[in-house]
Amino acid sequence: MTIARVIANRPRNKVHVPTVTLAHGGGGKAMKDLIDDVFVEAFDNPLLAPLDDQARPELAGFARLGDRLAFTTDSFVIDPLIFPGGDIGKLAVCGTVNDLAVGGAIPLYLSCGFIIEEGVSIELLRRIARSMATAAREAGVQIVTGDTKVVNKSACDKMFITTAGIGAIPADVDLAIDCVRPGDLVLVNGLLGDHGAAILAARGDLALEAPIASDCACLRGLIAALLAAVPDTRFIRDPTRGGIATVLNEIAQAARVAIEMEEASTPLRDEVRAFCEILGLDPLYLANEGKIVAVVPPEQAQQAIAAMREHPLGRAASIIGRVMSGEPGRVTMQTIFGGSRIVDMLVGEQMPRIC
Amino acid sequence: MKFVDEYRDPVKARALVQQIEALAGSIKTSADRPIKIMEVCGGHTHSIFRYGIEGMLPKSVELVHGPGCPVCVLPMGRVDDCVAIAERPEVIFTTFGDAMRVPGSRKSLLQAKADGADIRMVYSPMDALALARRHPTREVVFFGIGFETTIPSTALTVLQAEREGIKNFSIFCNHITIVPTIKAILDSPDLRLDGFLGPGHVSMVIGTAPYEFIARFYRKPMVVAGFEPLDVLQSIWMVLKQIKEGRCEIENQYARVVAKQGNDRALRAVARVYELREFFEWRGLGSIDHSGVKLRAAYARFDAERKFAVPNAKMADPKSCQCGEVLKGVIKPWHCKVFGTACTPETPLGALMVSSEGACAAYYQYGGLRRQRTETADEARAV
Repeated sequence: MTIARVIANRPRNKVHVPTVTLAHGGGGKAMKDLIDDVFVEAFDNPLLAPLDDQARPELAGFARLGDRLAFTTDSFVIDPLIFPGGDIGKLAVCGTVNDLAVGGAIPLYLSCGFIIEEGVSIELLRRIARSMATAAREAGVQIVTGDTKVVNKSACDKMFITTAGIGAIPADVDLAIDCVRPGDLVLVNGLLGDHGAAILAARGDLALEAPIASDCACLRGLIAALLAAVPDTRFIRDPTRGGIATVLNEIAQAARVAIEMEEASTPLRDEVRAFCEILGLDPLYLANEGKIVAVVPPEQAQQAIAAMREHPLGRAASIIGRVMSGEPGRVTMQTIFGGSRIVDMLVGEQMPRIC
Repeated sequence: MKFVDEYRDPVKARALVQQIEALAGSIKTSADRPIKIMEVCGGHTHSIFRYGIEGMLPKSVELVHGPGCPVCVLPMGRVDDCVAIAERPEVIFTTFGDAMRVPGSRKSLLQAKADGADIRMVYSPMDALALARRHPTREVVFFGIGFETTIPSTALTVLQAEREGIKNFSIFCNHITIVPTIKAILDSPDLRLDGFLGPGHVSMVIGTAPYEFIARFYRKPMVVAGFEPLDVLQSIWMVLKQIKEGRCEIENQYARVVAKQGNDRALRAVARVYELREFFEWRGLGSIDHSGVKLRAAYARFDAERKFAVPNAKMADPKSCQCGEVLKGVIKPWHCKVFGTACTPETPLGALMVSSEGACAAYYQYGGLRRQRTETADEARAV
């Protein structure tokens, strides 16, 4: 036997170690094995399988579903990686799927880029990858291409994930912020602030035990149900970072309208309200990961509410505000107490108050 | 939510507002100007804006937002000292969240953190002490800030550190006391106040007796008030009632929390650890005698000012800032030359723009409505 045949036929032992090391980012055998063991195993689909430098979905597949592409990207950095209601993997899939879905698109394919700090356990990585796979399956999307980098200790905080997503927008869907008109009503699909409160509580440095889980969820199904019931829906956005207050300000500014909220009809879980009371936080600025803000014509609001309530992610759907022709860009709230206040954008992060 | 919603009842609020209107209408003020009531405490300012209370009051009653936001009255030089301590390589500097953005002459703590200083946000001085236990080779410094509300918590933390023999923990003490400050405001020649809402949580610690001089010597009524919106309205009504009846007393609306004699255990801990400073510098108000505390010599080893060489530079407030006049109620925030132009929440010049309890930030964020309405009315009157 020639030496060449020996090399070609030798059994290929996989590199099995308990933690990610810089070797896994070196582009060699260790990296290939990590990708096979963790990512390919979890994401398994025909477009990913060749492990080429790019996935090559057919254009016809998009064209059958719509007449425009929707394309988006988002990066996910979160502490802790695993929290009540989800983990960074589920978040990375849902976040990007939702960014496509709120534009009315049917999400189809995702890419994912991992930046991993050396020392992270393979088991944790596998758990995150499986969670991404589950979320992708539930959302009806495939993760078809990806990248892995390993960086030195403390060059990143355990793990950062970037996902990009692509989808098709059906020809009859036209959601745009400048479609918003005075008189329109502003709806949400459920209770606000759960994600933000859950993450703050899960960090554990508040010494507060709050039975609050993140609302992290893929919203495509809910949005499809809403658009089927109310095709005239003007605009949808997901109130993630910056919360409901920020999204309403964005809408008011871009559409050059005023928006009036009613504190009494702002849907909040008692636990979230109490959590905010104790810490001096305003729930209007807490992040959501499974919520939409939808603006609909007033005469179709009840239809929209009914359609959302039929869906498991919209049981607590409600009207939270009204678009007005007042001063453009201004968001106000009628307080439960009978007063009125301005709901502005935050300058930076929300800081708990001293006393 | 129990014990919260009861104090936000809109029906009771409407009834109270009507009573306030009637009462204020029956009070004859000289020179036809509104009755000015100062809420001393930043927590009240926050509630007033958060619930839109100002907009519910009749024009004849005006609220003046006082100096009770500890973040707001911290002079720039002290922030510079914080940054200097925080930038020492051995130091973990711990602070409450809303002190992070206060501008120093060079930078804020937030900027210092971005530049590499190890600055961590904590929710209690005990969290800082826990950090000191976990990092025995580092020096953990807690940024002690606040009135009598927070002084007992840092005093008790120092006592705990002493009991445990922890050597790598200290407090950078910027605690201030409310009574000398109210006195300074009362002594100010341009004073135009008719009464006070007293600070609820400070009074929970010190009781109501320390305010007696306000009624006795300055002949101004004060009502110690709770922080829920109905508390605030009821307290305003109680101040008006005193004015109407010609009484000047220290009344306690917040009796469910505040005892007349205060909290003895808290006061004893404070007295054990702290003593009065001869004077302390306030942003906007200048130096006020006996308005700050420092650690007693017996606790010098827990005093960051003694432990580290602190530059202790005096920095004048920016010239264009009129924080002092706003704090004393002489002008409204939007009358300040730089309000909303050079000084915004994005780029605060004066400290009142920094914290959500600062009168300027509160107006900027929550208060535009009322302001416009009043301004238009003023202009109409001027014409």
